[in-house]
Amino acid sequence: MQRLVVGAGYGLKDWLAQRITGVVMAVFTLIMFAAALGGAMASREAWQAFMANGFIRFLSFLFIVSLCYHAWVGVRDIWMDYLNSAALRLFLHVMTLLALVGYAGWAIQIIWRL
Amino acid sequence: MSEMTKQRPKHLALHEIRLPLAGFASILHRVSGAGLFLMLPLLIWLLQLSLGSTQDSAAMFAAVTGNWLVKLILLGLLWAFLHHFCMGIRILLIDIHVGVEKQQAHNSAMTVMVVSLALTAILGLKLLGAY
Repeated sequence: MQRLVVGAGYGLKDWLAQRITGVVMAVFTLIMFAAALGGAMASREAWQAFMANGFIRFLSFLFIVSLCYHAWVGVRDIWMDYLNSAALRLFLHVMTLLALVGYAGWAIQIIWRL
Repeated sequence: MSEMTKQRPKHLALHEIRLPLAGFASILHRVSGAGLFLMLPLLIWLLQLSLGSTQDSAAMFAAVTGNWLVKLILLGLLWAFLHHFCMGIRILLIDIHVGVEKQQAHNSAMTVMVVSLALTAILGLKLLGAY
């Protein structure tokens, strides 16, 4: 039987990316939770010193990139599921993408200027 | 050949769908994700204020997080994050074929709902400054 493949073939890649970025964010969340229990959020000074740590800056960069990619796949799926108008979908896809790229730049700039 | 061609993208008639608990938890996964996405600017702004070096940013952070409407939004986002987190773990487990059976899937959906609400209560009280 010949199988007719519909779509651009991004399904598996996005499925996998959604898992990987999810795991990265979950691990980061647990690290942050442990840090909070250890007093990293006890004061403004402690919080800023913690976030300025080189390894934490590396991890928070990965978190931000993962978050934006994860949100792109998720939000794009929402538009694809519920919107019938191709023009509106395209418009919202572009707006979502632009917003997320901007958010990523903004957030990275915050953690990396410490 | 035409019946092999699935209609894509697929559009769902929301009002015709009756959801079991696992489906309800699943749609909340989507709702919570959408909420977190929409509130990202607020969260990044708060991150910026919390890490700002000036006295102004410290005062602004205190003023913004002291606002009851912001507190309410943050409480909602806390639940959204925890639900999304717990559902994500459930999805990863199902990916590796853990808890695929109907009853197990129902139980894990219930666990996700209960655990995320309980954690929201515990961490939310901290957020609201109860302890």
